Amino acid sequence: MSATDTHSHGGNYINCEKGLWSWLSTIDHKRIALMYFVSIMFFFLVGGLFAVLLRLELLTPEPLFMTGDMYNRAMTLHGSIMVFMVIVPGVPALLGNFALPIMIGAKDVAFPKLNLASWYCLMVGAIIAFLSLFWGGVDTGWTFYTPYSGRSADAVTMVVLGAFVMGFSSILTGVNFIVTVHKLRAPGMTMMRMPLFVWSLYATAIIQVIATPVLGITLLLLVFERVFGIGIFDASMGGDPVLFQHFFWFYSHPAVYIMIIPAMGIVSEVIATFSQKTIFGYKAIAFSSLAISAISFLVWGHHMFVSGQSALAGSIFSVLTMLVGVPTAIKLFNWVATMYRGNITLTTPMLYAINFLALFTIGGVTGLFLAAFNIDVHLHDTYFVVAHFHYTMLGGALMGFFAGLFYWFPKMTGRMYNEFQGKISAIMTFVGFNLTFIPQFIMGSQGMPRRYHTYDGIFTPFHVTSTVGSWIVASGFIFAIFIMARDMFKGKKCEEANPWGATTLEWTIPSPPIHENFKEIPTVTGRPYEYR
Amino acid sequence: MSTAKVDRRVDHSHHFSSMDAEHEAGKQGVWLFMATEIMMFGGLFAGYFIYRFKFHDMYIAGGDSLDWKLGALNTLVLLFSSFTMAQAVTETMKGNNKKALKLVIITTLCALVFLVVKYFEYTAKIHHGLFPGFDLWNPDMDYISSKIRDVSILENTSPANLRLFYVLYFAMTGLHGIHILIGIGLMVWIMKRLKNNEFSPKYYTAVEGVGLYWHIVDIIWIFLFPLMYLI
Repeated sequence: MSATDTHSHGGNYINCEKGLWSWLSTIDHKRIALMYFVSIMFFFLVGGLFAVLLRLELLTPEPLFMTGDMYNRAMTLHGSIMVFMVIVPGVPALLGNFALPIMIGAKDVAFPKLNLASWYCLMVGAIIAFLSLFWGGVDTGWTFYTPYSGRSADAVTMVVLGAFVMGFSSILTGVNFIVTVHKLRAPGMTMMRMPLFVWSLYATAIIQVIATPVLGITLLLLVFERVFGIGIFDASMGGDPVLFQHFFWFYSHPAVYIMIIPAMGIVSEVIATFSQKTIFGYKAIAFSSLAISAISFLVWGHHMFVSGQSALAGSIFSVLTMLVGVPTAIKLFNWVATMYRGNITLTTPMLYAINFLALFTIGGVTGLFLAAFNIDVHLHDTYFVVAHFHYTMLGGALMGFFAGLFYWFPKMTGRMYNEFQGKISAIMTFVGFNLTFIPQFIMGSQGMPRRYHTYDGIFTPFHVTSTVGSWIVASGFIFAIFIMARDMFKGKKCEEANPWGATTLEWTIPSPPIHENFKEIPTVTGRPYEYR
Repeated sequence: MSTAKVDRRVDHSHHFSSMDAEHEAGKQGVWLFMATEIMMFGGLFAGYFIYRFKFHDMYIAGGDSLDWKLGALNTLVLLFSSFTMAQAVTETMKGNNKKALKLVIITTLCALVFLVVKYFEYTAKIHHGLFPGFDLWNPDMDYISSKIRDVSILENTSPANLRLFYVLYFAMTGLHGIHILIGIGLMVWIMKRLKNNEFSPKYYTAVEGVGLYWHIVDIIWIFLFPLMYLI
């Protein structure tokens, strides 16, 4: 080995170098993960702020403090920030970056410099997107449907370009993870000995690599449409606006699995650890991740049941969409079977994981309602859809994300967060979340359309409940972030490397880890989850 | 962390176990990136086929109005450049950095020839009002009808559909052209490294990666040429 001995000064990856530049130029996957931590939490707070403002505006049927234009802009920003800057990069780029190499016994990801480049792509894309605020904002919704997006305010170009650049971030992370999993496993770490979180990141990376470039070209064509007026999506020039929808959802439906599969991986780890059992159905969970990513490419048409596609196409997409329920249910049953007769400790990560189980199940089942062609025609573009995807994205992806953040917090920082306060935050988010979104299911089934600035007075009680709920869920998440931000510096130092009694490789090394993770690359001899 | 600079000709980066492992990883990374390129162009090809089926006649008119001789010339230039690029990789593997350098220079010259030909094609089309953007779209129908095999197909279709052909023509060949430009940038980078003798028979990942990239750019053109100019 030619690498210099890097463990001499400072004890771990955090304090081995000092100064802002040492962070901005680092190629250590753990430090890059911490940079994602800070930036994604910032984006999450901004996106959440817009959500709270939207809910506040909806407190009364009449306009309260926003004009319709402002409302549309705030809604677009909320969606774009949460999707492109928080949920898509959230689990893979932050927790995956931190944990994946250590979990498979590697010193780093395969391409450390690309890893840093992908953080910069996210930042540059985010800055471009935020600049749109100074060009008057964007009011198309995060889906940028044509022909409207081809003609509305100038700032659309900025946001679309921003999303294009952020796409590179996602692609680079995906390429990096696939190669890392294939080429950098420790001796003896076969594929079937990888922890399930690694499996889920691997399945996600495949989608990131294959689907994201299609979004890239779609957004680029939209930019051309706006800048040159090429008319490819504009019916008045012979183009086809529905083609945009096909292109867009060919990426964006698989993208929702980019968001949820890694969270499922976290839940697999957390539930096994805090039930003090080996995960039930390891292979079934591993392969169901791959199954979801395979099916995800065949279901995009269910977003377009009312866009004029043929009844036959609609029926096929309907059936294919329901197929996603099978591997998803396999996972859920296996998690519950893992908990069955387990010695369960209700720590903060476990509470967030249980939040995930409850909320994601509701999100998944209502997804089946929407997958049914004929029911969707009734529920399309109503609050039912809004509630459904918030149950999967906020109740699923983000609850899993926070479970993972608290779970690996001692590993990342070497300090313990305040357990009692953490539990309070988990309970607050659960209560607030349901209070916010259960009324939206009811409103939606009664016909309350989404993306509207005002509404009929009969929906007032539901909207008021929903708004009150949004205050509770927002406070819960802000509290959780506050706990982590405070205890990152002030928390009690961990006495042992493995406070949870977890049984994967990353817990066998000190917390926080040394600069290159392992003094000597371990040789793996046992099955996954055998590091007791 | 101030890791000492590794001499990649004889050693591997700290997180790999051997030079072979590092080379294999690099190669796999490039292949995966090529997959993203194919998906990106795949979207455009899908659009091409959809509109071609919708507006069949106008696509024939559009294809005929392009100059297939210039297209064929560019195809030959690119095929030849792929050959020299492949030779360059082989020479680097043998340790002949100097010889590889010459081959990469030839490849770059081919790329420049390609762009010059493309420039003349583009300006001719823009001159005849066939650029579908800004106020430049003002198709010279006499020019079109002088070019096409069967003038009767112009009778029952609208020029708006011809515009869609040119949208995809400029979008696809334009994006391809940008890839050629990026390729030139990459080749300048490896020229510099070949000049400094930075590669060895055990380390030539960068040359091979750029080679793979260049071949994919070539292959995309091999699909573009018949779809745009010939059929």
